[in-house]
Amino acid sequence: MTLDMLAVGQTATIKNLNNQSTERRRLLDLGILPGTPIENVMSSPLGDPVAYRVRNSVVALRREQARLIEIEE
Amino acid sequence: MSTQAVTIKQCGGCATDCHTAQLTKLGIKVRNWDFAVALAGNPNTGKSTIFNALTGLRQHVGNWAGKTVSRAEGAFNFEDKKFKLVDLPGTYSLLSTSVDEEIARDFILFGKPDVTVVVADATRLERSLHLVLQILEITNHVVVALNLMDEAERDEMTIDVRELTRELGVPVVPMSARRGTGVSELLKAIGKVAAGQFPLQARQIRYEDKKLESAIETLTAQLGETFADLPNARWVALRLLEGDESVINAVRTKTLGTLKIENSFSQLALSEAR
Repeated sequence: MTLDMLAVGQTATIKNLNNQSTERRRLLDLGILPGTPIENVMSSPLGDPVAYRVRNSVVALRREQARLIEIEE
Repeated sequence: MSTQAVTIKQCGGCATDCHTAQLTKLGIKVRNWDFAVALAGNPNTGKSTIFNALTGLRQHVGNWAGKTVSRAEGAFNFEDKKFKLVDLPGTYSLLSTSVDEEIARDFILFGKPDVTVVVADATRLERSLHLVLQILEITNHVVVALNLMDEAERDEMTIDVRELTRELGVPVVPMSARRGTGVSELLKAIGKVAAGQFPLQARQIRYEDKKLESAIETLTAQLGETFADLPNARWVALRLLEGDESVINAVRTKTLGTLKIENSFSQLALSEAR
């Protein structure tokens, strides 16, 4: 399952980052790494981007970014 | 606009002169102060509020040499010593995925400030500590300003500051710059670190993987041979192993430790310093 499939209000654990671009480093810097709980806090009106809570801060990710983050319940 | 590279002189006996030259190249006017202090931290942690609390109205706003990133400089006195304070761009990391990070990294690595104050957000400590640890990999002359303590208290969070100080090996000052609390304690900590009165035992990350540590050791030794006065060879070795393009290129072209002067602003500072 990938992060873009997580419904609003749901929490999961990050399993893997499949993003191999330079963005990967930025995601890691923001604390988005395997084993970290992540919650879908809210969605924008058109459903993209989505706000996620990770390590007590809220980060907005686009759908294509979220799709590259593997999660597990 | 012309691009000009200035090579740092390789010498052992004039550490102060070289340091001054480095700071000048970074566009810092080296006059009338005893210690240089850099202010680093994540965005939105109250870094500017702390900057203002420390310097008041005595500040100068400009741009980083060759970059459209604004820079604020100020000064303050503490116990008969003059301190120059440089506000670095707010970053989550120093691994140069952006211009801001590159500026902050270059300043801490090559400008070698006497003290680097890292502003940490008490309510998002994990994210802030990531940057703290990265800076501790470069320098141990660090003071952690644990800001937004009022918000942490409101959220009913308690932080064991004494334990955090022990774990990091550098002073940690809980404060709320917005309310003006903790500013005098921060000044004291900066003064102590600048004067070498704090027994710094900065926590350095050591990796469990023996192969990695031995690779770092080999590279660090080789870098030391090629670049005589590299500020922190271990840090450069880590970046090479990580595949950091800008560092790889700097090593390949032997321009490591060389800072580019890319606009007239820093040229001006250079001529003024002469």
